[in-house]
Amino acid sequence: MTTPSIHKIEPTSNGRRIAIGVSLLVSALFIFLFFVRNTQPAQTATFGTNLSGPGQAIQIPDIVLPVQPTLYLLIGITVALGAWVLVRGTQVVGWLISIAVFCFVLSFLVWATQDNSFSLVGMLNTTLISSIPIALAALCGVMSERAAVINIAIEGILLISAQTAVVAATLTHNLYIGLIVAILTGAVVAAIHAVLVIRFKVDQIVSGTAVNIFATGATAFIAKFYLQKDINLLNNSGTLPTIIIPGLSKIPILGPVFFDNDLIFYITIVLVILVHFVLFYTPWGLRTRAVGEHPKAADTLGINVYLMRYVNVILGGMIAGVGGAYFTIGSVGRFDQDMTNGKGFIGLAAMIFGNWNPIGAYLASLLFGFADSLQLKMQILSIPIPSEFLAMAPYIVTIIVLTGVIGRAVPPAADGKSYEKQ
Amino acid sequence: MTIILELRSITKAFPGVLANDHIDLQLEEGGILALLGENGAGKTTLMNILYGLYKPDEGEILIRGQKVEIHGPNDAIAHGIGMVHQHFMLIPVMTVTENVMLGVEPTRSGIILDKSKVAARIREISEQYNLEVEPDAYVKDLPVGIQQRVEIIKVLYREADILILDEPTAVLTPQEVESLFSILKTLIAKGKSIIFITHKLKEVMAIADRITVLRAGRTVGTVLPKEVNPEKLATMMVGREVNLVVHKNPPRPKDIALEVKELFVRDERKNLTVNGISFDVHKGEVLGIAGVQGNGQTELVYALTGLLPFESGEIHLLGKNMHRPTPRQILERGVAHVPEDRQKHGLVMSFPIYDNLVLCNYYLPPFAKGASLQQRVIISNGDNLIKQFDVRTPSGQVAVSTLSGGNQQKVIVAREFSRPIQLLIASQPTRGLDVGSIEYIHSRIIEKRDAGTAVLVVSSELDEIMALSDRIAVMYRGQIMEIVEASKASKEYVGLLMAGIHPSEAQKAAAEAEQGTEVERVF
Amino acid sequence: MEDKGNQSDKQKEEKRVSGLVNNLLLPLLAVLTGLLAGAVIIAITNVDALTAWGHFFQSPLKALSATWSAVATAYSALFLGAIGNPRAIVSAFQTYFATGQTDTLYKAIYPFTESLVTATPYIFAGLAVALGFRGGLFNIGAEGQFYVGALGSCYIGYSITTLPWFIHLPLALLGGALAGAIWGAIPGYLKAKFGAHEVVTTIMMNYVAMLLTSWLLEGPMKASGYRPVTPTIQTTAELPRFFPDPLRFNWGFFLGLAAAAFVYWFLFKTTLGFEIRAVGSNPDAAKYAGMSVVKNFVLVMALSGALAGLAGSAVVLGPDLWIGEGFSGGYGFDSIALALLGNSHPVGVVLAALLFGILRFGATSMQSLAGIPIDIISVIQSLIIIFVAAPEIIRWLYRLRNIRVEQTVLTRGWG
Repeated sequence: MTTPSIHKIEPTSNGRRIAIGVSLLVSALFIFLFFVRNTQPAQTATFGTNLSGPGQAIQIPDIVLPVQPTLYLLIGITVALGAWVLVRGTQVVGWLISIAVFCFVLSFLVWATQDNSFSLVGMLNTTLISSIPIALAALCGVMSERAAVINIAIEGILLISAQTAVVAATLTHNLYIGLIVAILTGAVVAAIHAVLVIRFKVDQIVSGTAVNIFATGATAFIAKFYLQKDINLLNNSGTLPTIIIPGLSKIPILGPVFFDNDLIFYITIVLVILVHFVLFYTPWGLRTRAVGEHPKAADTLGINVYLMRYVNVILGGMIAGVGGAYFTIGSVGRFDQDMTNGKGFIGLAAMIFGNWNPIGAYLASLLFGFADSLQLKMQILSIPIPSEFLAMAPYIVTIIVLTGVIGRAVPPAADGKSYEKQ
Repeated sequence: MTIILELRSITKAFPGVLANDHIDLQLEEGGILALLGENGAGKTTLMNILYGLYKPDEGEILIRGQKVEIHGPNDAIAHGIGMVHQHFMLIPVMTVTENVMLGVEPTRSGIILDKSKVAARIREISEQYNLEVEPDAYVKDLPVGIQQRVEIIKVLYREADILILDEPTAVLTPQEVESLFSILKTLIAKGKSIIFITHKLKEVMAIADRITVLRAGRTVGTVLPKEVNPEKLATMMVGREVNLVVHKNPPRPKDIALEVKELFVRDERKNLTVNGISFDVHKGEVLGIAGVQGNGQTELVYALTGLLPFESGEIHLLGKNMHRPTPRQILERGVAHVPEDRQKHGLVMSFPIYDNLVLCNYYLPPFAKGASLQQRVIISNGDNLIKQFDVRTPSGQVAVSTLSGGNQQKVIVAREFSRPIQLLIASQPTRGLDVGSIEYIHSRIIEKRDAGTAVLVVSSELDEIMALSDRIAVMYRGQIMEIVEASKASKEYVGLLMAGIHPSEAQKAAAEAEQGTEVERVF
Repeated sequence: MEDKGNQSDKQKEEKRVSGLVNNLLLPLLAVLTGLLAGAVIIAITNVDALTAWGHFFQSPLKALSATWSAVATAYSALFLGAIGNPRAIVSAFQTYFATGQTDTLYKAIYPFTESLVTATPYIFAGLAVALGFRGGLFNIGAEGQFYVGALGSCYIGYSITTLPWFIHLPLALLGGALAGAIWGAIPGYLKAKFGAHEVVTTIMMNYVAMLLTSWLLEGPMKASGYRPVTPTIQTTAELPRFFPDPLRFNWGFFLGLAAAAFVYWFLFKTTLGFEIRAVGSNPDAAKYAGMSVVKNFVLVMALSGALAGLAGSAVVLGPDLWIGEGFSGGYGFDSIALALLGNSHPVGVVLAALLFGILRFGATSMQSLAGIPIDIISVIQSLIIIFVAAPEIIRWLYRLRNIRVEQTVLTRGWG
């Protein structure tokens, strides 16, 4: 692989070292003050490891953690890391911060679950599911931006595809046709964006924004004008099936989550691997990346820059089409206005966080999916934090990610610039 | 000798300018043809047509006597034409192998890239032509001279017979130029034919078998090196008698305007590019910083002008020790500077000429009263300067993007010179300009120096440095090799220093080599 | 580098023509074509028209007339709803001059004044985005800044009871502007210091703002009762109205015009404005010439945020007087269309805002009278954006001669 990894190894400057070290220590302090203080010595937290339901061959016992000792352990780790950074500095900032964040989140979970039980497996499952649209949006972004076309329109593509998927599926009583229609829709909308940006040299963000506005308006119009009047004819499709992989699905903890899941989940995983493979191991991928880094160089070697950009954007659009389908035929079986709720933009953040790398983007989407599912779970556990603040978490995390505090990610060099062939 | 390539009556017009006007050209098989002309003569346009990047309005191309149609680089490559561009067409974040194979990738089982096959072929080519290069290296880690080799390998990998090199020596030290020339001779020996585009007279005399001179889009003539000398070629290139020597009075340096002590600067990627530099510049003298691009000069200038913070060391500007100066503080202290990249750093292209002329001092009286801009003063100032500095434009209200490169540079010079300045920093001041503009800028710089301003010139054109400077500091890998009196140093000697050879050894080597003491303008 | 020489006179003449075209003809045509496209949508979704077309060959005239009537009903509902019935207005004035009676007058001018009320926040929001563009920044966060501005003004509006109006009102406005400024300065700072692209950060801030509003309406800012609404603001914080209920036309509109005048003066006549435009056009050269790019980015985003915040204030202190669940948004993306249509110039923005105000308010009539969902306006707006941003399409559609149009560079990649 010729691209830099997610965690950039950079020499840390003094200022950065102190900032990171201190924030780690503050995190540990926070855990102590807010989490430990609010618990009693005898409390335990139970993390469910089994999904209810048939099919599991091996039932493993739930993980029961004593609350306070666990918290102290996590505090200890965080303090040790913080002290290490302050004293010695470090190269692998990314890993350190990841571990510290993990400790913090775990402390939060332990605190939240005191005297309660909490399905770990369930949470894992929701994480994977929540991350699907984000991952697909991120993949769309990767394909497009690797060829140097910024695609802000992903949100709009998700929305339109969601609607066409459910309408087609309801009309034809066939969910797979709905899926195909969604993919085609994604391709068409992406093509429009591509034409505007490549042929008419419209500013890429303006074009994307216009597509988004169009999508919001058009889908709402159609929803009000047609769907609401005739739900059973147009907006009631049922959902795509789950697929159970025999044998593997019986593995404890991971089994029911990874191998007994929605069709779209599997499609997502396949797409992640496929895009990664194509991008880094095939001539098509090499040329795409060249077009994204240095289009003039590619042009002088006879590569058709315009064509490459068109195709990549459209392929990305098709992937986003699948993402759109998730919202309706993959999830609730009907279309509601503005149901994508910013997932397209979070997908872009995942793409940046994942360094324009399909696998990295997928891992980043898992992170966002985790934040999402955490927020849902927290509402169930009735934590004394207003749900709106928990809902803000993914967005705030995105902002933090973008500041590059965790390491500067480098976009394809020609990203955002239109190409002039003379 | 057979004519392997012929261009007949090639014509190409762009909006507003006739770049190529019925040009004829002939390349002999196994020979090196130098295509000579000053900046803007039409050389690169012509070669871009040959390589398929532009379509000619008229004319034809014949290869081995057969007319061919070249619609794009693929056609050119198919006909055995390969081009090494002036600005490298390499992708920094990819390896040598990936860059070479781009567009002609071999695959295993039809889908997977076969990099090892390409790497093996690269090694073969390296051996055959003395082009040492490591196939798995990332291009961004390679020095410029090696990057150029990759470009040549790219061309040879595609089995080109006709190689076009566009200004290949712009980024090389004199020693690297020698090395390139011997590579070219190897290529010729193996049967290749080469077109060598340049504006440098000395090189042309050294390497070419035949020389075709272009001027303002037309062929002036084709000559053999033994029939001409640099002066004759210069006259052909420019169309009039050109004075090849800058006349200047001996310097009369006064007090120190700029003193730099033990300066260390990191570039944006945190690499230490300025590695402990000390020098001073006196009022009334020109200190030239010589060196191949990429040895820290750019970062040095950024540090001196406040655009990059420096890690350690001291900068004393007109007696004051500057701690983490901002660009504005430096400007207000009486420093002018002409940047390397005039469109990126020097001008706001969409602004009118008037506004660009006050870009540095718009907030000071008389151009502003408090927060309010005084439009009338700005306009009259602009009209004045346009006349004074002979900027060719119908009005000062038009955007500077409408001006030619030379006129744009004049706007920058007008702006910088019209302020009360004590130190002038000029970075690559005549890059890409035609001879007329070059003469103009050089004479204004000398004028300033004679008026008592301290001048620091940074240029990778050694001829320019030798022409303008009173003292020369040679930078190599972020350090100053030596500071010499211009009158006492030979071009050979400075060139060796530029390549990193130590002064003591360089002296010996230079003494042994021929003494060419003619100081020339650069074209 | 090939030097292509000075531009020829022909090119300069073209540039002058294109200037006129750019600023006047193009936006006009873009709007017309957008409305035309809207007409097409109305036509093809109208049941009567569709059935008539089904029998096209039997009676083509009927098909055409059905289409025409569908479009005409919709658009007349739109324009009458937005401006009012011209005849009714004239006669109402006559009555007024004759008898001094104001009832019919007010009824007649109600639509037009409401359009102006709708246009007011658009003026502010459009100025906000236009200012951002001039400074080289894409402020999609106008939406979130609108919310926090409204919240800030609302809070000051209802919680302070002891101040006279000439202190209370300005204070409330200031609160809104300040809240918006902060909401905008944060992404501005992040962009300046860390290079975080303002498009994504401002969009994120929008979502945070909406969630914040949700929470505040359920909690700290909730008025007593069941509905998630804030208390009504004190009368001393209200923007004075010109006419009695139900007309809501208030000072806000003129404040908007004043803001436009201020932005004009600021951008083109002051040193700060010069800097902002320089940084927006070429940050490298601006830095080289001594300007502080960081300071300018933050300043621009803060000012932009303040203007968007004032949009929110104008709505709360003017027509609405409290904030509730239905507190509308949509200003964020609309204002982008506005800024583009007005070519990022204060005068253009005001004109575009008036147009949008008319369209938006008229659309509510169109929805109630002709059954066309108001979302069609979003569709029309997006098409207008595209037509303005890709002038070639208009040129091709109307067979206009070669217009060399300068494309503003808005995107520089992810920073």
